[in-house]
Order: sequence, then structure tokens, then C-alpha cells
Amino acid sequence: MAKRTIIPFGPQHPVLPEPIHLDLVMEDETVVEAIPSIGFIHRGLEKLVEKNEWPEMVYVIERVCGICSFGHGWGYCKTIEGNMGVEVPPRAEYLRTIWAELGRIHSHLLWLGLTADGFGFESLFMHTWKIRETILDIFEETTGGRVIFSICKVGGVRKDISNEKLSEISEIIGNLKVELSELTDVFLNDVSVKNRLVGVGVMTKEEAVEFGAVGPTARASGVDNDVRRDGHGAYGELSFVPIVEAEGDCYARCKVRIREIFQSMNLIRQAVKQIPCGAVSVVVKGNPSGEYVGRMEQPRGEAYYYSKGSGTKFLERIRVRTPTAANIPALVHLLPGCDLADVPMLVLTIDPCISCTER
Amino acid sequence: MAYITKSPWLIHYDGSSCNGCDIEVLACLTPMYDVERFGVINTGNPKHADIFLVTGSVNEQNIPVVQQIYEQMPSPKVVVAVGICACSGGVFKDCYNIIGGVDKVIPVDVYVPGCAARPEAIIDGVVKGLGALEKKQKNLDTVLTLEKVAREEAEEYD
Ligand code: SF4
Repeated sequence: MAKRTIIPFGPQHPVLPEPIHLDLVMEDETVVEAIPSIGFIHRGLEKLVEKNEWPEMVYVIERVCGICSFGHGWGYCKTIEGNMGVEVPPRAEYLRTIWAELGRIHSHLLWLGLTADGFGFESLFMHTWKIRETILDIFEETTGGRVIFSICKVGGVRKDISNEKLSEISEIIGNLKVELSELTDVFLNDVSVKNRLVGVGVMTKEEAVEFGAVGPTARASGVDNDVRRDGHGAYGELSFVPIVEAEGDCYARCKVRIREIFQSMNLIRQAVKQIPCGAVSVVVKGNPSGEYVGRMEQPRGEAYYYSKGSGTKFLERIRVRTPTAANIPALVHLLPGCDLADVPMLVLTIDPCISCTER
Repeated sequence: MAYITKSPWLIHYDGSSCNGCDIEVLACLTPMYDVERFGVINTGNPKHADIFLVTGSVNEQNIPVVQQIYEQMPSPKVVVAVGICACSGGVFKDCYNIIGGVDKVIPVDVYVPGCAARPEAIIDGVVKGLGALEKKQKNLDTVLTLEKVAREEAEEYD
């Protein structure tokens, strides 16, 4: 048996945008065991329900994660609305859907960029993030913020988008498609990129199910799982088919995300076409008192939001189960057997969001 | 050593933030804002860095990491706290695990407000940090000269 060495990976590491620590037990160049330790970003947000009134908690829950912040805000509003039986106007649901899909595009582009940086293709990283700025501009024009918007509130959304602006967005998205196809062509067909991705870190369908992987990580292993299909928001009225790939390697995970960007663009254009007129919010009276679980499909996968009201301004409990928390066991299972040089790729392709996981 | 202040190298660390400010720090480096045209480079190595950008309000587990990175950086060095939660704790102020602000663990030179801090604000913070860096450099030079004089005097005395 070769001599074993332990290589610490993180918390501060050039490919990691966020701190997570892995102890990699190595035999020569091969990882034989990976021991994660987390807790660098744990803030204890859920406990803040004791100090913030429930309408204000939206701001806190949005800051669970700055990348899918709109989705978190929506998820929280959804569980409170379910709890209190609030009927949200259809226009608000459509607007939320549009913002959430824009958020998915922005999140996936961000991920593609980081991955490109991870395998050392810096100009590709720059280019991806340049395209991402277009989406952020749309956010800024419609909500006022680039990454954190606080646009969602219990009972609807704070601001409407005019129909002219909506068709403008749809046009911008249409133009982006061309530019994006050139870019994704590099990710999918470039030889050196493929060398880093194809066949690396294969997770079979059984493993994905057994370890409870969610979102693109699971869909790349052939698990047909997409919460959007339950029809929350406006998804019930839009037509789409979850994107599933069978290979389960890093390349498949990359491909799923790329195809999802185009899918999101399609969904936005559909939503813009069908959006009904009317109010964008309703007045919510009273305090939540029951229990409710809401599910959402975030860019990284399925997220749970549980709320328990106490009949007062302060909720009794709020719980968020985020997608990365579900994907980390799969990652820890994937690492043994891979090369040291592939570790960053494997970590990145599950699209870890540590600040979601630890809250 | 004026070249340090002309093209400072950065190191960025996420001290328990929500990611919002981190992606804005990264956005500064990309073509839209492109600080690299000023010679600013994001490095992963504390020993190469002149400016330390910290986001987030630092939790208990992160204290030693932030301190270690700070200690590993060569002098003169400047710390920029990015985002309101790095400045004071922000929305996380009341969290049980949060110490509330980077300045509780390491000395901070520039505070960049905003939640999330805009890239323009971050760049402005870095530029302000350059001023601080220059001042520190001068102080350091004076200290070094004084030390040198003292050493020479001591040698003469021997
Ligand atoms: S200042 Fe706001 S956006 Fe920035 S890291 Fe803190 S909570 Fe997130």
C-alpha cells in the first residue's frame, strides 16, 4: 500500500469562491477519502424569526444566499402565503416566474464562468460574466438591485413591470441567445474543455437517488426531478420538459445547465406572451398560525421552506433546506477514486453554495 | 515602492457573507468593470496581496482564518470591509454566531457600505485603500530608516 498523505483543501482556496474545508486523504495522486468540514458561513439566520416580524423576515431569508436571493424570497413568501391562505394575483405569479427564471440564467452563467476559471480557461470566464451583466442590467432596471432585490413580498410583488418593458426584455433575451450559443459551443465542443469534463466524476442514477442529489446534479445522472412541474407560480401554464442527461459525469452536469439556460429563456418569452393584466399584490391581514411546507426549484435544485406560525407577529420556526445540503453527500461519495487535479472540477460541478447550506 | 500603489494585488475572502458581495467583488474583475486594466489582480495567495477584501460579518469559526490571512500578508497592507455586514453586521447583527463586523478581529482601513455593495462602490473602496497603502508605506519607510540609523549608530558605538 502506498503511503497516505492528507492534503487540506480550503477554506481559503483560489478556486473556491466560498469557504469549505475538505481533508483529502491521498494515496499518491488518487483521493481515497474526503472528509468535509463545514461551518464557516453559519450565521444562524433561522433564529432571527424571534427578533424580526414575519413581513420583515423576507429581507433576512433573501440573504440566505446572494446568488439565488430572489428564489429564497419567493420561497419564504410562498410558505407564509400557504400558511395564511393568501391568494396571489396571477400577474404577480407571472412576474415572480420571470424574475426567478432570469435568476436561473444569471446563476447558471455565474457557474459556467467559475467552472471555466476552475479548469484554467480565464478568457472564457470573462466572456461568460460579460454576458451575465446583461441579465443583471435587466434586474437593475426592473427591481433596482443587481443581486439582492427585495422585490417579493407576502401577497405579491412590490413593483409591476410595464408590458413594453416586458417585450423589451423578451427581445434582449432573444438577442442574447445568439451570443450565448457561440459561448456554449466552446463549453460543449472544445477539445481541451472536453478533456477536463468528459468521464470525470461519474455518478450513476442509483447513486444520485441513494444520496438524495437534487437539481441539475441529479438530472445529469438521469433522475427526472424538477419541482417546477408541480405548477407553482406560473409554471403550470407554461410548457416545458425537465432537462435530463444520462451520463452523470462533469460534462453532463455542464450540459444540463447550459440547456437549462436556453430553457429559461424560452420560459421567459412564453411568460411574457401570456402574462395577464391586473393587480400585482393583495393586502395581507392577520398573522400566520398554522404550519406549511413550500417547495421551490432553485437554480441548484429543490429547496424546502417550512414555516410555523404562532398567531403573533413573530413566527415560531422557519426552516430552509437548500439544494447544496442535499448534494454534499453525493459529492463526498464522488471524490474517492478521483485524481487530485480533478477535485476542483468535482467540487464545482455540483455548484456548491455554501452560504445556502449553512445559513 | 510607488508601484505597489499603482497596481495593487487583491485577495478576497468570504468571511461568512451571503455571497451577494462576493459575486460583486468578482464582477469588478470581469469585462464590465474590469479593474485589471488598472493593474489590479485578484490573487489567491495572501503572500502576494496588498489589499485584503473581506465580505461578511465573520462567525466564530472564521475568526482564525481571517486573522491568519491578514498575518500572512506582507506589510504594508490594507483591509477593505465590503458590504454592510462586513462593516457592522448588517441584517445578521442579531445572529448568535456572528461577531458583527470585520473590525472586531483585524484592523479595517476602508468601509464600503451597501447590501450588496455595488461594484462601483467596491472599486472606490479599493482606490481609497490605495491612499491608506501609500501612507503606511511612508510610515514603514520612516521606521526602517530610523531602525537603520539606530543600527549604524550602535555599530559605531561598538
Ligand atoms: S452586505 Fe448584504 S449582500 Fe453583502 S454579503 Fe452582507 S448580507 Fe450579503
